[in-house]
Amino acid sequence: MSEYEIVDHEHDVVVVGAGGAGLRATLGMVSGGLKTACITKVFPTRSHTVAAQGGIGAALNNMGENDSWQFHMYDTVKGSDWLGDQDAIEYMCKEAIPSVTELENFGVPFSRTEDGEVYQRPFGGHTLDYGKKMARRACAAADRTGHAILHTLYQQCLKYQAEFFVEYIALDLLMDDNGKCVGVLALCMDDGKIHRFRGHQTVLATGGYGRVYFSCTSAHTCTGDGNAMVLRAGLPLQDMEFVQFHPTGVYGAGVLITEGSRGEGGYLTNSEGERFMERYAPTAKDLASRDVVSRSMTIEINEGRGVGPNKDHIFMHLEHIDPATLQMRLPGISETAKIFCGVDVTKEPIPVLPTVHYNMGGIPTNYNGEVVTRKGNDQDAVVSGLMAIGEAACVSVHGANRLGTNSLLDIVVFGRAAAQRALKTVEKGSAHAPLPKIVTDKILARLDKVRYSNGDVSVGEVRNLMQNAMQKHAAVFRSNTSMKEGVQKVDTISKGMDNIGIKDRSMIFNTDLVEALELENLMQQAIVTMKSADQRKESRGAHSHEDYPERDDKNWMKHTIMWLNEKNKTKLDYRDVHLNTLTNEVASIPPAARVY
Amino acid sequence: MAEFALPKHSKIVKGIDYPIKSEAENTKKINVYRWSPDDDQNPRIDSYTIDLDQCGPMVLDALIKIKQEIDSSLTFRRSCREGICGSCSMNIDGTNTLACLKSIDDVKGDINIYPLPHMEVIKDLVPDLSKAYEQLTSIKPWLQSKSDPEKGKSRKQSPNEREKIDGLWECVLCFSCSTSCPSYWWNGDKYLGPAVLLQAYRWIADSRDENTEKRLEDLEDSFKLYRCHTIMNCTKTCPKGLNPAKAIGEIKKLQLERK
Repeated sequence: MSEYEIVDHEHDVVVVGAGGAGLRATLGMVSGGLKTACITKVFPTRSHTVAAQGGIGAALNNMGENDSWQFHMYDTVKGSDWLGDQDAIEYMCKEAIPSVTELENFGVPFSRTEDGEVYQRPFGGHTLDYGKKMARRACAAADRTGHAILHTLYQQCLKYQAEFFVEYIALDLLMDDNGKCVGVLALCMDDGKIHRFRGHQTVLATGGYGRVYFSCTSAHTCTGDGNAMVLRAGLPLQDMEFVQFHPTGVYGAGVLITEGSRGEGGYLTNSEGERFMERYAPTAKDLASRDVVSRSMTIEINEGRGVGPNKDHIFMHLEHIDPATLQMRLPGISETAKIFCGVDVTKEPIPVLPTVHYNMGGIPTNYNGEVVTRKGNDQDAVVSGLMAIGEAACVSVHGANRLGTNSLLDIVVFGRAAAQRALKTVEKGSAHAPLPKIVTDKILARLDKVRYSNGDVSVGEVRNLMQNAMQKHAAVFRSNTSMKEGVQKVDTISKGMDNIGIKDRSMIFNTDLVEALELENLMQQAIVTMKSADQRKESRGAHSHEDYPERDDKNWMKHTIMWLNEKNKTKLDYRDVHLNTLTNEVASIPPAARVY
Repeated sequence: MAEFALPKHSKIVKGIDYPIKSEAENTKKINVYRWSPDDDQNPRIDSYTIDLDQCGPMVLDALIKIKQEIDSSLTFRRSCREGICGSCSMNIDGTNTLACLKSIDDVKGDINIYPLPHMEVIKDLVPDLSKAYEQLTSIKPWLQSKSDPEKGKSRKQSPNEREKIDGLWECVLCFSCSTSCPSYWWNGDKYLGPAVLLQAYRWIADSRDENTEKRLEDLEDSFKLYRCHTIMNCTKTCPKGLNPAKAIGEIKKLQLERK
């Protein structure tokens, strides 16, 4: 094995990732006096939170509609198709109100109402009075809400002089003999040195893994590194079959057009010029849940009513909206439509297609952000020293389908919760137990294998094969035959990792090496996603099974959990959905048919 | 006669030519600056000819295609590919911009790509931005208020007050502007540059911030602020269509009013 120079760091807490969740956690921890390291593979403001557009959900009730967190909770449970844990959902929707108010106090440049309050717009699946009419609940900063929040959180971290390690890629968790996480090993891209971060809590805020698919709204850096580290640490991932397709990715480029554009009055049409969503969702219409809209669009295309020369996409119209409103409320997507499809939104429709957008699944946690696993009959066994928040985590507040605006909310609420929990559980400045050398050596051996790989297949080729297989076999609609084929394909493609070769042997900013490491991470998640999908014999939320078109609460109202061993073999188990609420302020919402 | 010698590794040499292997009709030659700190070599320009019919529309698509199919050692930053993260700023066809927003068709002839000018290069198209980030921190870019908001309440801000920070807060920190400014090239250690001054003005202009006087006082410096000579390269080059020069002008105006 190569000799690496190892730099040691000791902190109270180590946060991996500097998107909204990682920054909110870091801020809470640093301001509370914990010595915190925040490690990130891109400069904080370049994290993918920056791309969130439409808004952050909170029943602030600024639009005078008698909104309440109970309505928000009902919508979220229904949106999750009853796979979300109701205790966590109660926590999120209730804490939304102080969490978003705090964001304003931090300086987020929210758009404003005439009264000077935070502006709120309608969004998919958000209703008043348990589904009776659409609510205005999405707190927005024009259509650049993620940018506004991410930059503000970074600024607040600067205020408290948080310690950042920028352009460091995390390699693996440091796990001791008792299965406790005691830190993380990372590679500094700038100089190629290895850094060993010790922390009493390690918080994974590493985001989603949209890049297992060929076409996604996710950034190139969304490779789910934390999820893969958890798998390699011998822990399971949860509900990985639930992948959200956003109804309006730009046809071809895949970049996102916010649901807020439909919130501001935009609508979809097919080749006959019909506003087809009225047929599928008579009340919510174009603002039904994302899984519902994406399925409806796919059916329209499959039945020959797509638009364009190949009848393979759908139009989204904004041209009926006052140009001044577009300029004030949707400046970003007006620009995006111009640049990526040459469309002037004041004059013509935008060509759109359902595009992979969000991973409901991830690292199972409780509502404090602590990672849990199943140990025998204990379904909620806390993994010592390890937390996960944001898209990487599966709390589960999104269940089988996430509502728009609930991802920005998730990162802020649970980033904050993780900080509060760490402040309670971590003793400031306490000593770190010695760590056997073998723990680090094992990780470095894996790094060496990739670093010196000299096979004849490029990272790009293997990545392409994987992305295309996932695109085809873990799509909006799935079937037994297709998924079986998908499982086999991904299995075969994953063996290709043994034959990859990289060209760049340098240790300075070696993106060739980083992309190979990221591909390994993606591949492990592709296997787990495909297999989790194949075993779920029902349709629920984003998982639409053509052979089992109905939701089956009797057999399948349960979380999938799946482990992956070193030979890429999976192990399957389940955890119960928490139907109980957190407090008696609200009653559990019983399963019902999901109609919009 | 005094003899001048250029610093080591200043001269850029011709590099490797990667001709296209297939019989493509619609091709483009992309010339890219390459430099690695590992060997003692001068920077070079490698040339890659690619098939545009098998490539996305943006310059970033071309770079990714090259990295994926021709030369995986080519090094550049990229992330969101939609102009919001600010990672892929570089000099394309003589102008600083984001590669993901720059259309290949907009460039006539070969496409020449260099890192952002006058910054230390880490490798290939990756500049060292750490000094620029330090400058950003130096202006204390966070909300400073003397009064606390009412507990559990948002601060109020009218739509008109809020409008005053439009065109300021949207900056993606790509530093295309600062690295296009001759004044910043010359005095980048002391002059804050347009990107950071735009952020300084973002907080001065925010009705919720109550530390305007101190912010202006901190900027009242012949280097930090007044090295701006209204050259306007910043505004011309900004890939997000923002106007840092105007923001700097506003700060200068406020300084005059203070006197």
